[in-house]
Amino acid sequence: MAKHELAKRASKWMEGTGPQSDIVLTSRIRLARNLKSIPFPHLLNDEGQKEVIDKVVQAVNTTTVTGTFGKMDMLLLEYLSPLEKQILVEKHLISPAFAEKKKGGVALNADETVSIMVNEEDHLRVQLLMPAFQLEETWKAADILDDALEQTVDYAFHEERGYLTACPTNLGTGLRASVMVHLPALVLTKQAKKILGSLPQLGLAVRGFYGEGSEAQGNLYQISNQITLGLTEEEIINNITLVVQQLIDQERSARNRLKEELYHQIDDKVNRAYGILANARIISSEEALKLLSDLRLGIDLGMIKDVDPQILNEMISFIQPGLLQGSQGKTMNAGERDLTRAKVIRTKLAQQRR
Amino acid sequence: MLCDNCKQKEANVHITKIVNHEKTSINLCEDCAREYQEQIGFAQPTFSFHKFLAGLLEQPTMMPGKPGISTEGTKCPKCGTTRQIFSQCGKLGCDQCFDTFAAGLSPLIKRVHGRERHTGKVPKRSGQDIMLKKRLENLKRKLQELVIKEEFEEAAKVRDQIRELERGNC
Ligand SMILES: [Zn+2]
Ligand SMILES: [Zn+2]
Repeated sequence: MAKHELAKRASKWMEGTGPQSDIVLTSRIRLARNLKSIPFPHLLNDEGQKEVIDKVVQAVNTTTVTGTFGKMDMLLLEYLSPLEKQILVEKHLISPAFAEKKKGGVALNADETVSIMVNEEDHLRVQLLMPAFQLEETWKAADILDDALEQTVDYAFHEERGYLTACPTNLGTGLRASVMVHLPALVLTKQAKKILGSLPQLGLAVRGFYGEGSEAQGNLYQISNQITLGLTEEEIINNITLVVQQLIDQERSARNRLKEELYHQIDDKVNRAYGILANARIISSEEALKLLSDLRLGIDLGMIKDVDPQILNEMISFIQPGLLQGSQGKTMNAGERDLTRAKVIRTKLAQQRR
Repeated sequence: MLCDNCKQKEANVHITKIVNHEKTSINLCEDCAREYQEQIGFAQPTFSFHKFLAGLLEQPTMMPGKPGISTEGTKCPKCGTTRQIFSQCGKLGCDQCFDTFAAGLSPLIKRVHGRERHTGKVPKRSGQDIMLKKRLENLKRKLQELVIKEEFEEAAKVRDQIRELERGNC
């Protein structure tokens, strides 16, 4: 893959179509895996790290893997520019911590549904990222990929502790399932904090759009399981699916209530957002994200009719600093980015109206 | 009902906590619930998770029935990770570490996950030895029982099965 494509092509998840895509943006599965008898990445020298990458390259190039998931490219961190790494983070294909590393690699397939980080905290972090609410299907795909990789590499596995990981929090299944939800109505009706605040008690973690420590910009939240050991993969998927379905139902009823009780206020709010996005000349990513969330609510409630709902999925990434610069093919300072961001959004909205 | 935390205001947020299939409920007023949520609902950027974890291992590792067992000073023969290193970075060094630090890890794993035994997927190749070992253990137990019950005909069959499995193992 030519590197410049990274910034131009959209990931599959940005298509934003699938079950309950009006509320759920993405479903993600991540499996932590290590290779038998090889020290974990933080103890490996350059040579040792390269050995692990070579093994993974071999594993992803088998027909069992490529037959199902397509050709995989291994991008080595040492050959990626800071901008390219940033783009991978913004597309949710690598973790921010991984982007800081000098060595390591990430294997990607063409539609970017599969990304395998090599030598992050563990030898392998296998990720499947799909649009909408399809956690079970995503897990099934991850399971198939995991089996296919295991035909080539030997995993570190312990009878009692399960899949062995550098950090004890990932032991057992090594499975982290997460769902990204858009909850504008629960936030507007001031129920979000209360409802989301109860999730840790159910063994689930709540984070903002860009993971740990990030704020919940644009009313977007990531819900994921905390416990990885002592439950089967199916139990983990089931638990989170049930809870997220509850959240979806709550968000739906809040949306209905808003529409019935505060129609004009909401209609005004979302159309103002539309107006600003369609006309602004300078816009920060925070403001854009907030307004895109309002716009999307307006589309979902039928108050705005001539804009595609997927605009949120696509734009939330493409307005980020890295992708914005990458897609324009030049580096820009913050002021230039705010100008360009406003233009990109204006152009997109104008195209859709035609 | 009064709030469990401040014991002043009416509790109208009820949180059910499930750990190890045991339900406990916490009843809070709206203010305390918001604070509670802010404390644990979102990860704080300055909070070092690995340090926090390692701190858990620093707790006394004495276990009931096994007085005096401590992993202090143990060093993993394979990767050289010591308990001190683990305390600093919160990371194990290799697959061998899980046996080296088994005693200290047990309570830590239990605190993090609420359980200690993996019940999920087993890798097909790397897990083969483990599954074979389990089957052999089961058969040997069965053999012993049959011998005690003097059911020698059945016992002979089981013995043959064990031999066959062990031969396949080499
Ligand atoms: Zn209170
Ligand atoms: Zn070790």
